[in-house]
Amino acid sequence: MSLDSKIPTGPLADKWTSHKVDSKLINPANKRKFKIIVVGSGLAGGSAAATLSELGYQVDCFCYQDSARRAHSIAAQGGINAAKNYQNDGDSIFRLFYDTIKGGDFRAREANVHRLAEVSSNIIDQCVAQGVPFAREYGGLLDNRSFGGAQVKRTFYARGQTGQQLLIGCYQALSKEVAKGGVKMHTRNEMLDLVVVDGHAKGIVVRNLVTGAVTSHAADAVILATGGYGNVFYLSTNAMGCNVMAAYRAHKRGAYMANPCYTQIHPTCIPVSGDYQSKLTLMSESLRNDGRIWVPKSREDAKAIREGKKKASDISEENRDYYLERKYPSFGNLCPRDIASRAAKEACDDERGVAASGLGVYLDFADAIARDGEDAIRARYGNLFQMYEKISGDDPYKSPMQIYPAVHYTMGGLWVDYNLMSNLPGLHVLGEANFSDHGANRLGASALMQGLADGYFVIPSTIAVYLATQKPGAVTTDHPEFKRVENQVNDRLKSLMEIKGNRSVDSFHRELGLLIWDKCGMARDEAGLKEALEKIPKIRDEFWTNVRIPGSANGLNHELEKAGRVADFIDFAEVLCHDALNRAESCGGHFRLEHQFTEADQEVKDGKTQTGEARRHDDKYLYVAAWEHTDPGEPPILHKEELVYEEVKPSIRSYK
Amino acid sequence: MPLLNLTLKVWRQDNADSEGRIESYEAKEIPTSASFLEMIDIVNDRLIKDNEEPIHFDHDCREGICGMCSMTINGVPHSKEQGITTCQLHMRKFSEGDTIWIEPFRANAFPVVKDLVTDRSSFDRIIQAGGYISARTGSAPDAHATPVPKADADAAFDAAACIGCGACVAACKNASAMLFVSAKASHLNHLPQGQVEKDSRTLAMVRQMDEEGFGNCTNQFECEAVCPKEISAEHIAKLNRDYLAATARETVS
Repeated sequence: MSLDSKIPTGPLADKWTSHKVDSKLINPANKRKFKIIVVGSGLAGGSAAATLSELGYQVDCFCYQDSARRAHSIAAQGGINAAKNYQNDGDSIFRLFYDTIKGGDFRAREANVHRLAEVSSNIIDQCVAQGVPFAREYGGLLDNRSFGGAQVKRTFYARGQTGQQLLIGCYQALSKEVAKGGVKMHTRNEMLDLVVVDGHAKGIVVRNLVTGAVTSHAADAVILATGGYGNVFYLSTNAMGCNVMAAYRAHKRGAYMANPCYTQIHPTCIPVSGDYQSKLTLMSESLRNDGRIWVPKSREDAKAIREGKKKASDISEENRDYYLERKYPSFGNLCPRDIASRAAKEACDDERGVAASGLGVYLDFADAIARDGEDAIRARYGNLFQMYEKISGDDPYKSPMQIYPAVHYTMGGLWVDYNLMSNLPGLHVLGEANFSDHGANRLGASALMQGLADGYFVIPSTIAVYLATQKPGAVTTDHPEFKRVENQVNDRLKSLMEIKGNRSVDSFHRELGLLIWDKCGMARDEAGLKEALEKIPKIRDEFWTNVRIPGSANGLNHELEKAGRVADFIDFAEVLCHDALNRAESCGGHFRLEHQFTEADQEVKDGKTQTGEARRHDDKYLYVAAWEHTDPGEPPILHKEELVYEEVKPSIRSYK
Repeated sequence: MPLLNLTLKVWRQDNADSEGRIESYEAKEIPTSASFLEMIDIVNDRLIKDNEEPIHFDHDCREGICGMCSMTINGVPHSKEQGITTCQLHMRKFSEGDTIWIEPFRANAFPVVKDLVTDRSSFDRIIQAGGYISARTGSAPDAHATPVPKADADAAFDAAACIGCGACVAACKNASAMLFVSAKASHLNHLPQGQVEKDSRTLAMVRQMDEEGFGNCTNQFECEAVCPKEISAEHIAKLNRDYLAATARETVS
């Protein structure tokens, strides 16, 4: 199958407008005959469900949580970007577009990113109209701040809980449509499979998590907005329930998985403290505006700190290595996430880490407190300092925070065309679950922007392109394919329950996560990836013969839920490692040790970059890698979508 | 790292229709740096090894924002520590040999689903009744068309910080949802964008709250004391004022 991205022709800035004009419309009387399934109720799914219902479509929305308002978009702290230029500091649609393309290390589609920048302003207008309480200045106008990888102030924020405020706005819009009868909400219902009829996605099979009942739902189109796959690493900043099951089930049914190797490791998280640890907590990137990151210059000092013989304050100024300021003098502590994370890993690999485990660096506010006073720092970061103190038991006003990178966001996902439809007709994918807008690395405050752009402004228009070719209600759950898939789902649940082995689901998840973090984490190489690909099948074999799930499938059973998710994470991990192995270059969140600049390179001699930086190979890898699922035991098949840069010329991404 | 040995007294209930009971569990060698939910993970891991059903509890983000975790710990929703959710509670707050009582959030309007898991969909129905501003996608004017005085924006934000966990209901002897409903209404009623539907919103939300079986407010402020986001009971006073005015206008018209 060929991959047609369906990017409209014409000048970049006109593509979205002309596409909307050229696309077919569905008249209001016909809209109400079409039924659309939306899986996921976060910023992308919730906004899509609400808006499609406003347009007149019948919508069924599913989420595994007990309320649509609890989707993990809620945990986003920092903010949302928009090219409003309210600060008069030279921002524009083009600049937001360019920063996002460069931040993604020239591995995103130009047309998608430009559309994202175009609709960014509409998102802010929409959210304010819904009552989202963004931060304001004394004159009553909206306030902005700057974020990593940008030199303008274009980030709108709501204290440290922008995600929660945007999601509540979206959830309230959704609730309004539920009350009107346009959306039927199915909470505590998890999608366990996709139903494909004559090559088109026409429904899903779900399990009611409370009763255990497995049921089928048919529709004219299916939308997945089910988030990312960060929990394949076990420990991440994702919520405990975040999983890849819906996306992976769709992949098994024929949808291509694109660029899974692009995973984002966030530099400022609280370090791991023990084996029992269940998740990692993010400390907002905004802390890097005032905090200085350092480790001791000498291994001896670092060792003494790890053993509790010395404290941070015992290390004199000349014995500290402020490594980001040293390596990236112009961006300093505010360089993008992938770069800051890798630098922390290098310092710890050099045995200069400071946490008891050796995996931690200091984020120090002493200079900022001395310069601006403790009250000013408290006003800026009070809630974050308090959160740190609650978790670690240490007071960051008195001693520096300890931080370490953690898995945070995944840029890869199901392949979609310009209309956000996958290669499987009828299946549309939004938000973090698709691969489309962030290339190899996402800039801060862009995830919320993409989720809401997809849900409020893109899919309500582009879904008509597909629906206009369909007869409404043509497929119902009476079609035998629904019964067949339902039986497969029930068989799988039954097999899981019947294993009755000796190990808990979590023990397998932890084993898989440690392996993937070690071999396909912040740095990867060919030998490590091959080793991971040999070990994953062994984990799978043991899982399917030795996992223990107490209780029954006829009711609430968290172990059974987790088992289904972990089984898919194990399979997904193979696609992830195949993609990382195939991409023999370094770009953004994908760093291959064999592909970094060395002293011998002309670019280093010319001062364009420095040793140890990511080295892309545009001649060989300027493409999207979209993987087709094959039979168990066979490697996935690679399909390429060549990336065409008409507006910008890919260059060395420097923050020096 | 210091380790604790504790006794847990946990509410176990097979499903919504069955009788519940308190069961005792030994929680041995718990690291003080573990979170409260990680402590239960450790206990559950041992229960699974012994082929017993683990303790079911709602949780998701484990960073105090999704509002899913919901335990009553030693009689207090989210524990006696101020301004946190259960997932933000850490074991260093406990001592060797402690006995800890763990129960679900209790209210008629929050029926138990299993063990510590409750059904809080009554909150969703209150929002569906009117807890929104009708702003159809695409209809919005420029975000700066209506400046909002900072004091109003901040007051709206203070109310909007509610995470919908329901601790306020579980702490109230009447199982009143007034802190939740007042926070949600107050958020929107404080903003210029929320004025058009202010009366209808206020009346609809309060009426739905009554229909769901929540009790009345008798101004004891347990709700404010346990709220993980420290939302002020002053919002209840505002809701009462808005409700009175809306009722008067409804009667007159």
